[in-house]
Amino acid sequence: MTDTQWPIFEVFHQQTRGEPHVHVGSVHAVDAETALLMAKEQFARRQACVNIWVVAADDITATPYEDADIFEHGTDKSYREAFGYQTTKRAKAVGDTEEI
Amino acid sequence: MVQTVLGQRNDKPGDPGYEESLARFEARIARGDKVEPGDWMPDAYRQQLIRLIHVHANSEICGALPEGTWICHAPSLKRKMALVAKVQDEVGHGQLLYRAAETLGKSREEMIDELISGKAKYSNVFHYPAESWADVCVIAWLIDAAAIVNQKMMAEGSYGPYARALKRICYEEAFHLTHGYDMCISMATGTKLQRDMLQNAINRWWEPIMMFHGPSDKESKHTEQLMKWRIKLKTNDQQRQEFLQKYLPKLFNLGLTVPAEWNLKLDPQTKEWTYAEPDWEKFIGVVRGGGPVSAQRLETRRLSHEQGRWIREALTAAARGQRAPMPAA
Repeated sequence: MTDTQWPIFEVFHQQTRGEPHVHVGSVHAVDAETALLMAKEQFARRQACVNIWVVAADDITATPYEDADIFEHGTDKSYREAFGYQTTKRAKAVGDTEEI
Repeated sequence: MVQTVLGQRNDKPGDPGYEESLARFEARIARGDKVEPGDWMPDAYRQQLIRLIHVHANSEICGALPEGTWICHAPSLKRKMALVAKVQDEVGHGQLLYRAAETLGKSREEMIDELISGKAKYSNVFHYPAESWADVCVIAWLIDAAAIVNQKMMAEGSYGPYARALKRICYEEAFHLTHGYDMCISMATGTKLQRDMLQNAINRWWEPIMMFHGPSDKESKHTEQLMKWRIKLKTNDQQRQEFLQKYLPKLFNLGLTVPAEWNLKLDPQTKEWTYAEPDWEKFIGVVRGGGPVSAQRLETRRLSHEQGRWIREALTAAARGQRAPMPAA
């Protein structure tokens, strides 16, 4: 008899206010409310926690790993990074000796 | 959630494109990349992981049984609360591990059923009874220590969901180990009766402990493949040696001994312990359900599953907006 194979809910917990919610695992539960109960027992039993989210796993849309190349940078993108600029040297040259 | 597309995975030797996919997979493993559920993986990798994680999950569930028996007989409220917490952790670990195995395509229900029917295995050590409170101390200290050697290694393995679950488990096991050592120190520094109880427990448990990490490398048939795919990072004998090197000095320090027939000797050159080889045929007989309390363990697990049925049915009914059926009197 099938009575333990409930839907899967992914669990996200927040350790302290101000921190992001982090994915910590998943639980089986009949509905979201029960999933919160299960998640509290499973993931907030030991470590600090102030808030939990549960999301039905079926409701998550994700990129496939085999398409990970969509995240690769085709060209030099250093112009969008702080390290892409020699500005400290240039600022000194114009008389700015403070940290930029 | 990324789901593996069922149907033709071309993941077995001889399938079209298998060799090319395998080469890419092995190159990824060699780079130290983790494997995630939607990725292509050889069927043998998938099956070996399901087998290992399933046995591991079952062991967490069955590991709660000998300790659970002693909750009502704990010698103090503090020890009792710690034991309740440990037992709850072990059951939680079982659930984390069933979820990790599910990402490979085997359902939790199937795994729970296979444990209860006796088809699936669990750790050799839980086929033995906890005869006295000292047994609880030895399990919590030395068996958890042996398990941590194994789990810390597996936490660095190549399969993402298993490694993630193990990192959480190792964190929680640290309390079990510390509490276990604390209990053994109390017994070892207590009355003569307590010291004798502890020594007798060690004498009874030493054989299952020596067998815990599994058959010797000479006999273990899967090791080479498992290590190549970074499912395991150390052989069974290496794990056993690591356990002995770390815990034998602590055990001797408490004035305890190991039964002489094990012939444990520290080689001054290699700094490794040599020992009498465990009886691996006996080990296989035990894990196949021939241990002293194997039948009793499964019966307890089956009964507990049956006794929980009403609440599972009530939860399912409530989610459908129906009245929850009450258990038959």
